[in-house]
Amino acid sequence: MAASTNTLTHVKVNEISFNRRITLGVIELLVAVLIYFAFISTTAAGTLTKFVMTPGGITVGKMADWIIPSRITLWITLAICLIIGLFQLIKGFGKATNGMVGLVFLTLIFSFITWQASGKSLNLAGMLSSSVAVAVPITLGAFSGILCERAGVINIAIEGMMLMGAMVGSLVASVTGSIWLGLLFGILAAALLALLHAVLSIKYKINQIISGTVINIFSTGMTSFISQKFLQVYQNLNNPPMFTRIEIPGLAQIPFLGPILFNTNAFVYAMFILVFVLQFALFSTRWGLRHRSVGEHPAAADTLGINVIRTRYIAVLLSGVVAGLAGTFLTLGSVGRFDEGMTAGKGFIGLAAMIFGNYTPFGAMGAGMLFGFAGSLGSKLSLLGSAIPSEFMAMAPYLITMIVLAGFVGKGHVPAADGVPYTKE
Amino acid sequence: MKKNKIDVQEISSVLIQEINGEGPKAKKKKRNFWNVIQIPLLAILSGLIIGAFLIAVTSETVYAAFAVGFWNGIVEALQEIGSAYLALFYGAIGSPVQIITALQSGDPAAIRSAFNPFLESLVQSTPYIFAGLACALGFRAGLFNIGVEGQLFIGGVFATYVGYTITTLPSYLHMPLAFLAGALGGALWGVIPGILKATTGGNEVINCIMMNYIAYLLVDWLLTGPMTRPGSGGMPLSPIIQKTAEIPQFFKSPIRFHLGFFFALFFAFVVWWVLFKTTWGLNLRTVGANPRAAKYAGLNIARTTIIGMAMSGALAGMAGANEVLAVNHSLATSLSSGYGFTSIALALLGNSHPVGVVLSSLLFGSLQNGATKMMVVSDIPIDIVTILQALILIFVAAPAIIRSVYRLRQSSVDTNEIALTSWGGDK
Repeated sequence: MAASTNTLTHVKVNEISFNRRITLGVIELLVAVLIYFAFISTTAAGTLTKFVMTPGGITVGKMADWIIPSRITLWITLAICLIIGLFQLIKGFGKATNGMVGLVFLTLIFSFITWQASGKSLNLAGMLSSSVAVAVPITLGAFSGILCERAGVINIAIEGMMLMGAMVGSLVASVTGSIWLGLLFGILAAALLALLHAVLSIKYKINQIISGTVINIFSTGMTSFISQKFLQVYQNLNNPPMFTRIEIPGLAQIPFLGPILFNTNAFVYAMFILVFVLQFALFSTRWGLRHRSVGEHPAAADTLGINVIRTRYIAVLLSGVVAGLAGTFLTLGSVGRFDEGMTAGKGFIGLAAMIFGNYTPFGAMGAGMLFGFAGSLGSKLSLLGSAIPSEFMAMAPYLITMIVLAGFVGKGHVPAADGVPYTKE
Repeated sequence: MKKNKIDVQEISSVLIQEINGEGPKAKKKKRNFWNVIQIPLLAILSGLIIGAFLIAVTSETVYAAFAVGFWNGIVEALQEIGSAYLALFYGAIGSPVQIITALQSGDPAAIRSAFNPFLESLVQSTPYIFAGLACALGFRAGLFNIGVEGQLFIGGVFATYVGYTITTLPSYLHMPLAFLAGALGGALWGVIPGILKATTGGNEVINCIMMNYIAYLLVDWLLTGPMTRPGSGGMPLSPIIQKTAEIPQFFKSPIRFHLGFFFALFFAFVVWWVLFKTTWGLNLRTVGANPRAAKYAGLNIARTTIIGMAMSGALAGMAGANEVLAVNHSLATSLSSGYGFTSIALALLGNSHPVGVVLSSLLFGSLQNGATKMMVVSDIPIDIVTILQALILIFVAAPAIIRSVYRLRQSSVDTNEIALTSWGGDK
């Protein structure tokens, strides 16, 4: 994940301790051993793995199928892990250590799907394309969390805000026939809930987790109530127009990458734009410095003349706006109607992606992509008739987050005043 | 060694008094009952008023009446609200007229059916009591157990497994065994975030949320895989438990009132006794009220955290076991209708006190039960109960809102703050 090189307080020096070097080296060698025993020894010689490199229904930017001999590919991946592991053990990679761990991890995933698809055909491009789609609400949810928590307000109400945004977006777009009005009102509805969260947690200083829980309960109740009372009775209230695929001229022609990244939904582009905007705003502007200082040491920020309360209100409201965007994606960008409880925990996975991404926009997007990949890999594998239940693949994001939180992969930086109400002295 | 222990106990009790702002004198002063109860009562009232407003603005007949004339609209709205809340009341408690005529006729069957709404409310309240106790115990220990939902499911899995695999035990052994298995399952699921918090400082809230989703997925997999009912055709259902594992129901179907309700009351008493009558409970409350002070008093915070989460999880597991063994008799993914999140509301409304939790559970159970009837009579979706719960929770959590609306003075007996550190948790 992107290193938080310019966080406000202590910048971690990229010194890798001896113990950590040895541990990582051993883990990387174990991956090589795993590849041998789990994958190579169970693959018959001469089987081929076929990767389809164009998502279904795409006409621009086609690429020929990629057919590789399974066993030889696996031997190559094993060699990569072995070399990296040995080098790590003997000499260490210094600054490149985390990158190398990532590389080994990617190699492991690649050999896993090569093994699973040996003797069969797997649409790799389709899988990656659906990973991106699955990643959108998760990543946007994580952005929502970053905005809020960087300013020191815990937000576990992302789930509820998304749900409300999804419902209102679908309803307004169906009634007015305007997709943009739907988007606008979906975002406004989520921002209204965010305002409630802000008032409860900043003004009334009630426990921020309780406040978030209240909003989640309220949102679940309210959306189901309206859905049952109106949306299910009058079908035309839940039949919104949808954002269609936008083909970016030129870039969409690129084989493999084009169809995945440049011939897709407007929300995906919004996500890619937002990651740059957020990274720049948070870490390269005065606004961002103030925003973060309120989350780290509000008393000090106050002494310097920063309005802590106002900064936090704005942070929570912006968080609601982004959560609303994530919600409207579900109805206007992905499904095309509102279903009760359709967020299905995506807000909470967003929270997990935020933690895994160490509260940085790029980190969160990387985590969102990884979780999205785990999700779409799970559903693809069950289609291939894999022995591994898709439920276990779906568990991966939650397990990874717990491991990260436990500090087994290195402790991240949590805003110091996260969750602490501010009282002016 | 023994002397040392007594010292710790004394220090803790002094600390608790200091923290709660009650000196030795304050003990003698009798608590003003109204002070304790006014915020919850007004919160419930305010929730019902806003709920009434919601009923009126989402009713088409009210709009139609407003089209005729303003007063027509007002009358129609009041009628609509009145009939809805009357249906809620009848559904939750029973119709007084029916109860009186049944009592006069002396026919046992008629009496039973007249009292069924009330008994059904008790059935609905039972899982709330267990789950609310789980959360309340956590709050008292300074732990935010938002993972009741997952612990409840795993408790259900354990109870179901013991319930259908063992075929040779007599009922008086099998049923308690299955119930305790449920408690064990919940405790196992709850203790993991506890251990993680105690050893690595990982915040229990996030870990609990993650564990909830892992539990959902695990149950999905179990019910379509290893624990599926033969011949269910891919439906996520477990086999039906043995008759010997069932918690007995007192009356013939359709009355579902069962022994589990009294289990719940018993465990409410146990929690009260442990929290307020044992040294261990005092230590737990000291750690919850002020971990730093507890540390200086020489209490083992890590151990309290781990045992606290395990006990909280065990209570949550009992909620799941109770639903499986007494009501559903098999496990399905619909085991919980959001008990985990409601339990937070229950614990807060009951001020994390077992008696308060039992009372608020009875209220929420009755609301839930009454809303079913209301849905039939007035065509109001049952989700209005969820909205009411959220509203009540807002007002209970932020008493300042209630005080400013009803112009109350700041009371000396306030709801106790929940000690909670930031996400990092290790400060």
